[in-house]
Amino acid sequence: MNLDEARGALVQEGRELLAAMEEALLDIETSGYTDERVNAIFRAAHTIKGSAGLFGLDSLVSFTHVVESLLDKVRNSEIELNGNMLSLLLTCGDYIGSLISAVEHGNELDEPNPTLRQHLIDQLNEYLQSTTAEAPPAEVESPPTANQELVAPQSGKVDVLEGEAVSSDLWHISLRPNGDVLRNGMDPLSFFRYLGKLGRIVYLHTLTDNLPEAAAFDAETSYLGFEIEFESDASKQEIEDVFEFIREDSQLLILPPRSLIQSHMTLIESLPECPRRLGEILVSSGALTPHELERVLAQQDSAPQPPPPLGTLLVEEQLVAPPVVSAALHKQKQSEERRVHEQVFVKVEANKLDNLIDLVGELVIAGAAASLSIKLNDVAAMAEANESVTALVERIRDASLTLRMVAIGEVFQRFPRVVRDISKELGKDIELLVTGAETALDKSMVEKLADPLMHIVRNAMDHGIETGEQRLASGKTARGALRLNAYHESGSIVIEVKDDGRGLDSERILAKAIEKGLVQPEQVLSDSEVFRLIFEPGFSTAAQITNLSGRGVGMDVVRRNIEQLRGEVEVLSDFGLGTTVRIRLPLTLAIIDGFQVKVANEVFVLPLDQVIECIDLGEQIDANDLFNLRGEALPYVHLRELFGLPASTGGRESLVVLQFGTQRAGVVVDQLIGESQAVIKPLGHIFARNKILSGSTILGDGSVALILDVPQLIQKAIEANHLPSPARATAQPNALQMTH
Amino acid sequence: MTEFVHQSDGERSLCVVHGELNIYSAAQVREELLHSLGSHRQLEIDLGAVSDFDSTGVQILLVLKREAQHLGKQLAFIHHSPAVREVLDLLNLVGELGDPLVIPLDAQGGRG
Repeated sequence: MNLDEARGALVQEGRELLAAMEEALLDIETSGYTDERVNAIFRAAHTIKGSAGLFGLDSLVSFTHVVESLLDKVRNSEIELNGNMLSLLLTCGDYIGSLISAVEHGNELDEPNPTLRQHLIDQLNEYLQSTTAEAPPAEVESPPTANQELVAPQSGKVDVLEGEAVSSDLWHISLRPNGDVLRNGMDPLSFFRYLGKLGRIVYLHTLTDNLPEAAAFDAETSYLGFEIEFESDASKQEIEDVFEFIREDSQLLILPPRSLIQSHMTLIESLPECPRRLGEILVSSGALTPHELERVLAQQDSAPQPPPPLGTLLVEEQLVAPPVVSAALHKQKQSEERRVHEQVFVKVEANKLDNLIDLVGELVIAGAAASLSIKLNDVAAMAEANESVTALVERIRDASLTLRMVAIGEVFQRFPRVVRDISKELGKDIELLVTGAETALDKSMVEKLADPLMHIVRNAMDHGIETGEQRLASGKTARGALRLNAYHESGSIVIEVKDDGRGLDSERILAKAIEKGLVQPEQVLSDSEVFRLIFEPGFSTAAQITNLSGRGVGMDVVRRNIEQLRGEVEVLSDFGLGTTVRIRLPLTLAIIDGFQVKVANEVFVLPLDQVIECIDLGEQIDANDLFNLRGEALPYVHLRELFGLPASTGGRESLVVLQFGTQRAGVVVDQLIGESQAVIKPLGHIFARNKILSGSTILGDGSVALILDVPQLIQKAIEANHLPSPARATAQPNALQMTH
Repeated sequence: MTEFVHQSDGERSLCVVHGELNIYSAAQVREELLHSLGSHRQLEIDLGAVSDFDSTGVQILLVLKREAQHLGKQLAFIHHSPAVREVLDLLNLVGELGDPLVIPLDAQGGRG
């Protein structure tokens, strides 16, 4: 199987398994140990290892194997699971996650964090060793040092690992043929092939250190040496006999399984290469564990010996070079491969697909009916056929968009872990309550939402929720509560992060804002406007925020991320009682039901979901930018003014009332055209700074219409109304912005 | 008898080895390939038509690789024939002598 084709699926499967594993671990922590949960964790680890093994992802396999070994012992009740072990397993899960990410990005040969890996393995081994007196199997898989990975990136390590092998179950064979063997017609290769008949060559390392420079190289002299790990039931005699014809001309050493450390030491000493280097080869081949190697070398060091030859360094450099070269080539290729890798997979319920195919089937029939009616030139039938085609297109659109919809639970599921970790870190007792996890949103948003949401949750826990003592002092329960909630509302999805912490102090925020020059002292701001200030870039440095006892660490970044998704963030807070951060996002990024309006022959599209009603303005002339809508003062803007369009040629203007969240405003247009579907096309860079436009679409007649961003329009209208003179001044330059 | 077909386009050069790369041809192959390496900045050696391959062949490839590094030249072995691949697999040298672009993936895929 080719890794590249399967990469995406492998990564996705791995992530899902990790999520399941994490969930089960957290369940054990909160609700106690059950066999079922442990089995779930074990299965996850086992399956990840298995899939990784299929593709020879050695690093992933060897790490997961150790985790799996520990889980196996837990499952067999040999080790009792405790809190520390749970934390360790969670961290291991994270590390497996980073290995999987490396696979996703095509650099699976690079270890993401060798130090952490070693640390984790050591800890896992401690648990493993606490049960077994003998050399624990896991130690065989101890991660090779960086150098060894370079020596043999393609090594048979997978086999070593999967070969359930305890290190000492293997024979170790060292072969250093004399220079003349090749000339004598004996090729070591043929002996290895023969050796393969007696058992299995688990690992073979070819030593190339003795190869001379090109000029001194004699093509018929043998320079190579070999270290072999061999699995076999054969006797020592039988193995020796394999090398019968070459033994006289070679240095041959055979160590039987379970040899003493001492004999390994003798072996290392008797071979020509530097001990440290040989030791590493032995470790990578699985003959020695790193720990055992340390002991061998320590024993050697205690005996006086000359300093290691300088050549070792050179050899090592030589060894480093080829992977460096190939890494560079690999990089080049990566950008090319990326495009292939980036086919992200979406899991789709089979019945959704069936539904879509049924609809397409109906469309085909409707299409045939349309052709027939044209052939017969039957206008009534044509109209009917057109109607059913239109209806079907609409249903197919909806059905295909739901294919991209996933439950927001996919984002929420990582938070139990986050809340657990952070509350431990902060020493606060915080409970997480999740509701509305089944609310669906576009797959592409799920990924982009994760970071901002994480930020908000961290902030809520760090700055929002007080410590236990403070909470008790202010008459709350010691345990803080953090709620994640999601629901649908008029074509948007709303996500709330709610805490019952200390809330935001609007006075202090305002004071700070005035001090920073973000607000003029004489301005009167409502609470919600004050809270919006925390999203200003000036408010984002940590020091001020902790002083303010509020949020705001990087909240400007959060807002920017959300706005990139055409969404909006708002903050509600009761001082002393808690804070809610509410994110509102459009349901889809691709196609909307639009409402077309016309101003001076330009067509604009408003998202239909956000259009509440249309009102005939008659001859009413605005004096104060406020419209009396059944007794309610409604701010509004003229699209004409906003875009600097020529005055109308007469006729009555209309007012379209828009709503986003709780805010309403109107826009004045020349003419209402009506509903239509709009496929959103992104606008070019030059419009990036004009926030009133959210995209463009192609109309039925082929012309281009601009899609307006309702939240921004409402904002404009409110500003214009709220601060009459300065807002006017800013509204004009905005109209000009269109042109550059 | 081993034959060499050279193709050159500007700086890049391709050398296709036809026939055996073993003890019988070792001396000849060594001369020929080291010479090729000496006279080109970038060399690709096509091993697709290598019929027999043994330890001497391995050593020649290793020496070429090192020489190329030493001289700061670019050298790649491509289109390894089954005979070559079998030996490199056995000696665990795919990482060092495999085609850096193709073999690592192939070798792993082949295992699965």
